[in-house]
Amino acid sequence: MDIQKLGYDSINLGHGSGGLMTRDLLDNMIFNTFSNPFLNQKHDGSIVKFNNPIAISTDSFVVSPIFFKGGNIGELAVNGTVNDVAMCGAIPKYLSLAFIIEEGLKINEFRDILNSIKKAADTSQVQIITGDTKVVERGKGDKIFINTTGFGEVHPKANISTDNIKVGDKIILNGQIAQHGMAIMSQRQGLEFESDIISDTTNLNFLIKDLLDRFGKDIHFFRDPTRGGLSSVLSEIATDINNGILIFENKLPIEKQVAAACEILGLDPLYVANEGVFLTIVEASIADEVVDLMRKDDKGKNAVCIGEITKDHSGKVVMNSHIGGKRIVSPLMGEQLPRIC
Amino acid sequence: MKYLSEYRNFEATKSYLKLIEKTVTKTWKIMEICGGQTHGLVKNGILDLLPEKVQMIHGPGCPVCVTPLSLIDKAIELLEQGVIVCSFGDMIRVPGSKKSLLEAKANGGDLRILYSPLEAVTISKNNPDKEVVFFAVGFETTAPANALSVIQAQKEGVKNYSILVSHVLVPPAMEAILDDEFCNINAFLGAGHVCAIMGYNEYIPLSKKYKIPIVITGFEPLDLVQGIYMAVCQLEQGKYEVENQYARVVKKEGNTAAIDVITKVFEIGNRSWRGIGEIPNSGYVLKSEFKAFDAESKFGVSEIQAPENSDCIAGLVLKGIKKPYECSQFGKACHPGNPLGAPMVSSEGACAAYYHFSNNLISLK
Repeated sequence: MDIQKLGYDSINLGHGSGGLMTRDLLDNMIFNTFSNPFLNQKHDGSIVKFNNPIAISTDSFVVSPIFFKGGNIGELAVNGTVNDVAMCGAIPKYLSLAFIIEEGLKINEFRDILNSIKKAADTSQVQIITGDTKVVERGKGDKIFINTTGFGEVHPKANISTDNIKVGDKIILNGQIAQHGMAIMSQRQGLEFESDIISDTTNLNFLIKDLLDRFGKDIHFFRDPTRGGLSSVLSEIATDINNGILIFENKLPIEKQVAAACEILGLDPLYVANEGVFLTIVEASIADEVVDLMRKDDKGKNAVCIGEITKDHSGKVVMNSHIGGKRIVSPLMGEQLPRIC
Repeated sequence: MKYLSEYRNFEATKSYLKLIEKTVTKTWKIMEICGGQTHGLVKNGILDLLPEKVQMIHGPGCPVCVTPLSLIDKAIELLEQGVIVCSFGDMIRVPGSKKSLLEAKANGGDLRILYSPLEAVTISKNNPDKEVVFFAVGFETTAPANALSVIQAQKEGVKNYSILVSHVLVPPAMEAILDDEFCNINAFLGAGHVCAIMGYNEYIPLSKKYKIPIVITGFEPLDLVQGIYMAVCQLEQGKYEVENQYARVVKKEGNTAAIDVITKVFEIGNRSWRGIGEIPNSGYVLKSEFKAFDAESKFGVSEIQAPENSDCIAGLVLKGIKKPYECSQFGKACHPGNPLGAPMVSSEGACAAYYHFSNNLISLK
């Protein structure tokens, strides 16, 4: 993809003025990158037609640093929303894309972000159909914030709701936890440590579709445990369903380097953010087949059943520890803070 | 992960739990000194696996928990004066008398969370027109790095760096606990990381004087159950010695290079402990030749006082006299989202550890 270089090194307030500079930025960087019949109308919005019920999800992305090992804020903004739409049991189709840019962002960086957005959108087979670009004064943002809203058609066989979760259902994870959060952490100012940990940001929509094609209503629930980590999502589910959740520490998939980084920084991987991870809660009778199907896909190659829904300890998540003890897994309170020693 | 997975081994841990069960005949109260050990006990569900006769009492070894309220108010005052305040992570959510450092940051204070005080010296060099203060809290474990930052700043002529010191020492706290008229502790698990720095020579006279077993213990499940087993064996045999369960890390003489750095910068002085009060000779203060690095005198905040919340029984919890769930505010007015006292903030604090990992189970029984 060739984006014509603007006559500026960095974005300034003029690019958000709505005048010629804005037009220049839109034409030379945004419209020509995402060119499609909807966007090429250059209208205030787009008109789209759906044949089935639609799922809508919105998310804002404020990650720092904006470039990290394994990705950048751009692909995160696509994958995050694509995955949220998919978690509703839908096939993502369209995205809106809005930027809040702090003046001074390098044009080169912005271009790299746009390219990543384009690539991620193409990979997920979604189209950017409307958007917005604002520029704020230095100090009033953090380089760039992105908001995306996703629209998807609900899969005809899907029935995803906490109402469907019942005692005995199995909880299955597609991959290893805590990778994204630790990749970001390893590059945060003041915390830089050398590691090969890369973010697991990726689109999960095709794996979700495969699962729904095959298992339909026996899949009771999907959720991607992004911010707050696995523990926060499980705690929320336990509260919603009025039953308990039991998980097994020795089943939790976690890559060795990620586990070691968590140990060093004093962080609990259960509370660390994920990106390319989702959990599904399914009929016990299909659990093995679900794991098998997932493992055939690169995005589910580490799939594993981590626990089940129980009648006991209603509203709570309990984890059987490595040594056979039990502990409550509570939701994240505030930010997870590194311990002193 | 060598030295981790082995110490989380199910079979080995189980075998020590069985040995404890076989050995114990009387009820013993064992205090684990360090908050990291409390965390390990509850996080791994060990408390429920121990025989009823072995009762663990959670000690005062959480640096966040024992840092006096007035010190937090002093750090907040510095932030509000425009000073860049650098701190370890779990200190920032501890409530001061009016607000926490985190809230002061939200109001515009320049607060930085660091893993090493040496980074604060770098920040000082990068911001020559600003004053930078490191909130130097902790036990003997963090003292060497904090001392090193002062040495480094002095060596490099960094004049805009200073530290707000609240260093406390483990042995005087153990003595204060043993001298308390309500003390009912039969043995201690010594704090492994503190002893990695200081060694355990100073615990020998303590053990003799109070006729109490002290087992220097690590933090993984196997460490903890082995340490408890060693303490139970001594108690059942009527012995009182200092033993070292954590020999893979702790040497009798400690880390002499680290001790040298500490003694170059700090000397022993009186310190206030949150919830416990002042204990003579229980902490470190900067030596006179390093007074230029003392933030309290540099910014004139020594006089700030702060009353404790009268509903909080943190002092009794820290001395092992009350369990967190015996507090009327536990899980009600006081929870990690709104901590009344420091032990509810840090994950090492006994109250937070119970709240997060354990007490909800107790309430279900």
